[in-house]
Amino acid sequence: MAEFALPKHSKVVKGIDYPLDTDSTNTRKVNVYRWSPDDDENPRLDSYTIDLDKCGPMVLDALIKIKQEIDSSLTFRRSCREGICGSCSMNIDGTNTLACLKSIEDIEGEINIYPLPHMEVVKDLVPDLSKAYEQLTSIKPWLQSNSNPEEGKSRKQTPNQREKIDGLWECVLCFSCSTSCPSYWWNGDKYLGPAVLLQAYRWIADSRDENTNERLDDLEDSFKLYRCHTIMNCTKTCPKGLNPAKAIGEIKKLQLERK
Amino acid sequence: MSEYEIIDHEHDVVVVGAGGAGLRATLGMVSGGLKTACITKVFPTRSHTVAAQGGIGAALNNMGENDSWQFHMYDTIKGSDWLGDQDAIEYMCKEAIPSVTELENFGVPFSRTDDGEVYQRPFGGHTLDYGKKMARRACAAADRTGHAILHTLYQQCLKHQAEFFVEYIALDLLMDDNGSCVGVLALCMEDGKIHRFRGHQTVLATGGYGRVYFSCTSAHTCTGDGNAMVLRAGLPLQDMEFVQFHPTGVYGAGVLITEGSRGEGGYLTNSEGERFMERYAPTAKDLASRDVVSRSMTIEINEGRGVGPNKDHIFMHLEHIDPATLHMRLPGISETAKIFCGVDVTKEPIPVLPTVHYNMGGIPTNYHGEVVTRKGNDQNAVVSGLMAIGEAACVSVHGANRLGTNSLLDIVVFGRAAAQRALKTVQKGSSHAPLSKSVTDKILARLDKMRHANGDVSVGEIRNSMQNAMQKHAAVFRSNSSMSEGVKKVDTIASSLDGVGIKDRSMIFNTDLVEALELENLMQQAIVTIKSAEQRKESRGAHSHEDFPERDDKEWMKHTIMWLNNKMQTKVDYRDVHLNTLTNEVASVPPAARVY
Repeated sequence: MAEFALPKHSKVVKGIDYPLDTDSTNTRKVNVYRWSPDDDENPRLDSYTIDLDKCGPMVLDALIKIKQEIDSSLTFRRSCREGICGSCSMNIDGTNTLACLKSIEDIEGEINIYPLPHMEVVKDLVPDLSKAYEQLTSIKPWLQSNSNPEEGKSRKQTPNQREKIDGLWECVLCFSCSTSCPSYWWNGDKYLGPAVLLQAYRWIADSRDENTNERLDDLEDSFKLYRCHTIMNCTKTCPKGLNPAKAIGEIKKLQLERK
Repeated sequence: MSEYEIIDHEHDVVVVGAGGAGLRATLGMVSGGLKTACITKVFPTRSHTVAAQGGIGAALNNMGENDSWQFHMYDTIKGSDWLGDQDAIEYMCKEAIPSVTELENFGVPFSRTDDGEVYQRPFGGHTLDYGKKMARRACAAADRTGHAILHTLYQQCLKHQAEFFVEYIALDLLMDDNGSCVGVLALCMEDGKIHRFRGHQTVLATGGYGRVYFSCTSAHTCTGDGNAMVLRAGLPLQDMEFVQFHPTGVYGAGVLITEGSRGEGGYLTNSEGERFMERYAPTAKDLASRDVVSRSMTIEINEGRGVGPNKDHIFMHLEHIDPATLHMRLPGISETAKIFCGVDVTKEPIPVLPTVHYNMGGIPTNYHGEVVTRKGNDQNAVVSGLMAIGEAACVSVHGANRLGTNSLLDIVVFGRAAAQRALKTVQKGSSHAPLSKSVTDKILARLDKMRHANGDVSVGEIRNSMQNAMQKHAAVFRSNSSMSEGVKKVDTIASSLDGVGIKDRSMIFNTDLVEALELENLMQQAIVTIKSAEQRKESRGAHSHEDFPERDDKEWMKHTIMWLNNKMQTKVDYRDVHLNTLTNEVASVPPAARVY
């Protein structure tokens, strides 16, 4: 039988335990993935016990509390804390989501927090998203139109036409969906993934965009588009309640219709 | 400082910040052929512009009400409590129309009217016929207008292949011996390398500093880094006492509920179920200016008519509005209310409280975006090589109180203006003069000191003390005694920064270090804010002084400018308010009592 080994640094070891000396009965253990490229150590899972009576309601509040009061070296991205900037996407309790929108109450038992799966890790909970951003750029995510609007005038768009892009343009680019997709895990270099395909469809569906055919031509590719196998993890995990799987389905339908 | 590897870059222009203002400037510069670097501490679409909700003000007149930019200008001047510069306000309100139309042409997914035009909704302080009735002027993309605009501007920058340096935190301005700005030094967070950016213009688009307060709608990243860099460069900040409290932050969480929700028919009530705004603002009611509404709410609470078990907040009602309208026009805040206070807006009111939201003050500039300072009798001396736009800047178009929708407008109008100015003033591809090594060394010494800080007090502890002091002493209502106590507290807390310690010694994505640098930035602005507030002996706009409840135009119709030296001592001076208009297309609006 062939021997094989796990890639370097793929085994997560038990880390430091930070107990809490308190009379409070409302405590919770938060286990957080830690890794830094500074040394050659394996990633570890540090455990912080926190008093929920002195913590805000969301998982992000818990992380900020840990950083402020227990271990300031804990590293994660965060900004708006209201689910619109998309910075704090991570894997919480087994699901990709935004830490600022994930209520601690909704999690039973210990809270396990890992970075978004299958992305390179920069440090702790910070993934390297540069490849995902490049894929976004590759679909030319801007309005393409050959006919210029009348000088100093807006383009017209009826409420019905405008409605077609609802549920598409609101994406916050947190990439929770792409990093929850097994197909993206295996072929993330060539498959565009649900987040980027949602954006591709956002422009296809916009009545003001005139390059639908070119956009569809670019996507007509066994990897870029057709690695989607309708697994639906994307839609299940989206913290904004969007439906990337449906958008991908619409693109596939359009490809079929124009054949 | 040989320990730090320095990478040099030469550009025509360097933009610091990639929110709406930074991106609009970058877009204009790149498309005009200037070699532009845009440095940003977060990926562009994570900037705080993304959180703007209700709309962007422009008299497009899509709702058939005979709206005009002159009405918009009048409303803005009145909203500013006559502290805004009327030439700049004229420029902004006039340029609003092409600037917003341009945004639509770029692809912003605005909501639409039945005629297919950009949808516009009413907003606080925006009126027709000089205050006679409320205007529908806020161009909206549902209640996620900032997201729509920010993403579109980023897309346009991608289209024009703008050069971004993402997750780089700017450390300080490179100032030469003549007091000109010649670029900026930045730390790349990913690998800890130092980057020296040279530019013929450096444009600060670094946003506000809401995080000096404990409770604010601002993002964690709103630490006013550009403002602090300007102070450290020996330049003053203007009108820093004017801090806007948004009437409807969610009680507790502090997250924003747009004024557009009152624009769509929402209203406030006290514990007696009374729509109390009718007493304070008989015409505009719940859509009076934000300072007026926030003060009224605070008075209701102070007089014992707050709601909740502690009678310490106010209710905002949307449940009388058709659920279909809520779904179409206010989907974002419906979701926010559900997540952050468990409220179903179709059934029950949202608990709200005035919450720090916006800084009217900032880096003084002219309407081209060029930074100005006072040199002797010259009140408008341009600082060579330095521009500022957006919330970081004080043009001043917002004066003592900003109208809702005018911040998104400010960023696109002045981002655009800064690009136009740079295209006129910067010689493309011209060389950069050599810079003395000591300029960089001084900045690196500050970084190095913070990186090795090993005191006993954490960044979190000091930040908390500062935020609590500011929350208490530079609040909606202020008084001599409270502010002088606040000044003492903030001074003491600022000196405790000497004892700060950080744990993370790594150069890779060291957020412990970044937060320490941001805290230092915040602290310098906290000092200037509370000292500017303490010295202004009148009430105007967002500055409500209990010992001086009236506006005093004779003594105080002037901009405060304040410097801070490296011993944390301040120096104050003043600049005249521009009461003149820019052109003779419109008359100056003389000061009057402010009634809504």
